[in-house]
Amino acid sequence: MKLLLPRISRTDLALYAGASGDHNPMHIDLDVAKSAGLEDVFAHGMLSMAYLGRLLTSHVPQERIRSFNVRFTSITPVNARPTAIATVTKTENGLTYLDLAMTLEDGTVTLAGTAVIEGEIAA
Amino acid sequence: MAIDPEVIGRVLPSHSAEAEPGRLRFFAQAIGETDPVYTDVEAAKAAGHHGLPVPPTFLFCLLAEKPDPLALLDELGIDVRRILHGEQGFTYHAMAYAGDTLTFTSTVTDAYSKKGGVLDFLVQRTDVTRNGELIAELHNSLVVRNPEAAK
Repeated sequence: MKLLLPRISRTDLALYAGASGDHNPMHIDLDVAKSAGLEDVFAHGMLSMAYLGRLLTSHVPQERIRSFNVRFTSITPVNARPTAIATVTKTENGLTYLDLAMTLEDGTVTLAGTAVIEGEIAA
Repeated sequence: MAIDPEVIGRVLPSHSAEAEPGRLRFFAQAIGETDPVYTDVEAAKAAGHHGLPVPPTFLFCLLAEKPDPLALLDELGIDVRRILHGEQGFTYHAMAYAGDTLTFTSTVTDAYSKKGGVLDFLVQRTDVTRNGELIAELHNSLVVRNPEAAK
């Protein structure tokens, strides 16, 4: 399962900050990002996790998601174009186990994680 | 600067937040969600829900609505510009819906340093309840960068 996302714009980050309530200026204020020694703002990790959530709920009804866990392995620069990927690793005792990843065009893995789904997932 | 391990085990003040339908629609727009189940009550009902579902990661947003979200970081002397989200996990026990008022209670479960203090970690677990029923647990690990510790 894959979901290719549009390029993440500054507008996307502003909208996500407002909708999520995460107003950390490192994601929306270039001046603050520079004051911390960065060249630019970077995307909220939780925006990428929300994209992975969209990938999951587009394949299984949400009420079947038992758990959803990620590690944020690399920052997502503004203007990056991520792809959400989920791979079934096993089905056991009525549960389907998935490996999750978010990758950028240059191959950087920004999130890596797992999900457990009740029942099987239609291919 | 290492995080004082005394903080481990601390139960932080609870807060309650309502999953407002307008906010859920705004969130769906912000993440590019076009499945009408998340924005249209009729579509949600047709899918077997009694209202707009709270999407999988939105519980984290309601958690962030606590009255003073930076209080613990301030107390621990952590500069918000230095934090990175390390890990985030959700364990779900029941669906939450628009209109639900959810209560969030966080506990600091761990605090430790790596790489000689260049990275500090602060780990919390949050129980999410609705009328006393546990509907989800959130697991959160924050990373604090201390580049000067390497010098």
